[in-house]
Amino acid sequence: MTTTTVGTDQLLALYEQMAVIRRTEKAAHDLFLAGLVKGTTHLAAGHEAIAVGASASLRPDDYVFATYRGHHHAIARGATPEECLAELMSKATGVCKAKGGSMHLTKAAAGMLGSYAIVGAHLPLAAGAAWSAKLRGSGQVAVAFFGDGATNIGAFHEALNIASVWSLPALFICENNLYMEYTPIGSVTAVPSPAADRAPAYAIPAEVIDGNDVVVVADAVAKAAERARAGEGPTILEARTYRHFGHSRTDPATYRPAEEVQEWLERDPLDIARARLAALGVPVEDVVATDERAADVVAAAVAGARAAPPPDPADALTDVWADGGSSWRT
Amino acid sequence: MANVIGNEADVIGSAASMELTTYREAVADGLARELRRDPAVVCLGEDIGAAGGVFKTTQGLFEEFGAERIWDTPISEQAILGLAMGAAMTGMRPVAEIMFSDFFAVCWDYLANEMPKMRYMTGGQVTIPLVVRTANGGGLGFGAQHSQAVENWTLTIPGLKIVAPSNPADVVGLMASAVRSEDPVVFFEHKGLFASKGEPAPDGHVVPLGQAAVARPGTEITVVALAATVPMALAAAERLAAEGVSVEVIDLRCLVPLDMATVLASVGKTSRLLIVEENPYQGGWGGTVASIVADEGFELLDAPVKRVAAACVPLPFADALEQQVIPTVDSVTAAIRSLLRY
Repeated sequence: MTTTTVGTDQLLALYEQMAVIRRTEKAAHDLFLAGLVKGTTHLAAGHEAIAVGASASLRPDDYVFATYRGHHHAIARGATPEECLAELMSKATGVCKAKGGSMHLTKAAAGMLGSYAIVGAHLPLAAGAAWSAKLRGSGQVAVAFFGDGATNIGAFHEALNIASVWSLPALFICENNLYMEYTPIGSVTAVPSPAADRAPAYAIPAEVIDGNDVVVVADAVAKAAERARAGEGPTILEARTYRHFGHSRTDPATYRPAEEVQEWLERDPLDIARARLAALGVPVEDVVATDERAADVVAAAVAGARAAPPPDPADALTDVWADGGSSWRT
Repeated sequence: MANVIGNEADVIGSAASMELTTYREAVADGLARELRRDPAVVCLGEDIGAAGGVFKTTQGLFEEFGAERIWDTPISEQAILGLAMGAAMTGMRPVAEIMFSDFFAVCWDYLANEMPKMRYMTGGQVTIPLVVRTANGGGLGFGAQHSQAVENWTLTIPGLKIVAPSNPADVVGLMASAVRSEDPVVFFEHKGLFASKGEPAPDGHVVPLGQAAVARPGTEITVVALAATVPMALAAAERLAAEGVSVEVIDLRCLVPLDMATVLASVGKTSRLLIVEENPYQGGWGGTVASIVADEGFELLDAPVKRVAAACVPLPFADALEQQVIPTVDSVTAAIRSLLRY
């Protein structure tokens, strides 16, 4: 094993975070089937190592912008499984007071500045947060996580160009799960690596990494963040990964070949982390105990979210303006 | 001001201290005042820096505040608004320029889906104190893609404050309120007014958002106007005053917050209402004003509410055609006469 920023104790902690996210996503799936989550969900099971590995290498005051497939980023940055599940279940205790739903999980107090449901829209926002950090000389970085599908929309290209020209402390991390939604990304994109292959056009360094290995992600993000903080500008990381569920709740993902699914399930990010822990000599009992702790956390989160009250109907008319209200007339 | 010349001399009067300023200069003055006051204010947009803006509305800012405060961007409207929003969410007070308001269509996601919704969708977790400035409106022969008055586009989206000043002092006073607002503000600068002149704004001038002005008091009919239709309504009122008709002109100044209290009070006095808008009749902002008066002021009225708006066609290029489409002093005067005859 090569030198890494992740020590043994930290790896066990990262494993626990991934285990919590995996179980939270499974709970979201089950609650949906039970009729307790309305609308839709875009589950991130399979993508855990990207959120957890990146978060491990960021400062608490760094900024993160995610997509509608963003439960893992909210939790990795400090939102609790209970407030996330409560949001999905339309409860007053939801992380966005039940005004956002699954696609908009946000924990601003932890620098998780939103989940955005318009593909690619948040890359310029992350560039803006990076610009702000540069203007204030704060040493913060801003990270945009986005799917492979976002690499074919204009906002992606506008954000990369200006981030490079202005040398902004930004990280653009593509979660390439091989399918834009139902269509293979390769069949609608002119280059094989949809994010990394675009990087030379913007004079941005890029790397394709194993998005299912939390240590690889943590190391790559640490290096990119260091570069950004040193004033050397943005980096693109294309993290290869795979969804364990379909694109959204209504998608059984039958378009994916069974062998391909099997191959990726054998590369489950939790299994890869377990193998690393074993190689480091961590006793299997410690891993089992970690799994049990994660299961307890999520079971308690489900119970808490189920018991939480619905929102006050009067809250529909709050939070439009900074004064808390929604009045548009004087 | 140096360029107050020739035929304006009679307007200026004899006092040398009563120099007028242009609407164009007022934009740069309003921005400069806020840039001096608050180091968190930064400007970004196409050609706004060393070039001073294609309409010269940012003239002098780059020289005074430098490249750290005045940022030239590529032609990337989504990046301009996205960067402004990301910076606003993280401690800055950006003022973004979209060169022509028609270009809102290429960055509409930020105006329609991002800026106005993020506070609400997050249950109030984020604050977005930014201004989107833009050159708006017709009358200059720029054709259908560079001439539209699109305040009504933004009026369809809850979560945006909408400002459209009609004179230089209001430009400065409303700019101060817009930059200091904790909410996203769209600030429409009318292209047809850039060369117009008016009293300069006094030091510390602030006009609160959502406070309409009675631009001309009158007793027989209320004319509600915005931006370039204000001087148009005032010219019609002046023309009719010569015939002994008393017209009250209300300058709305803002569409959100919308000061209907001032409009309803005026209609209560005059019992007649004409609304003059530059956008097409279909979906124009005057429809909202008219519906509120119909709902809350029906018994104040002695005549139907009438709207003079643009014809429902793309704006043509030739002056002779454009004048057929957008409101004019003649069409406003004729509409006032017809309402008074009712």
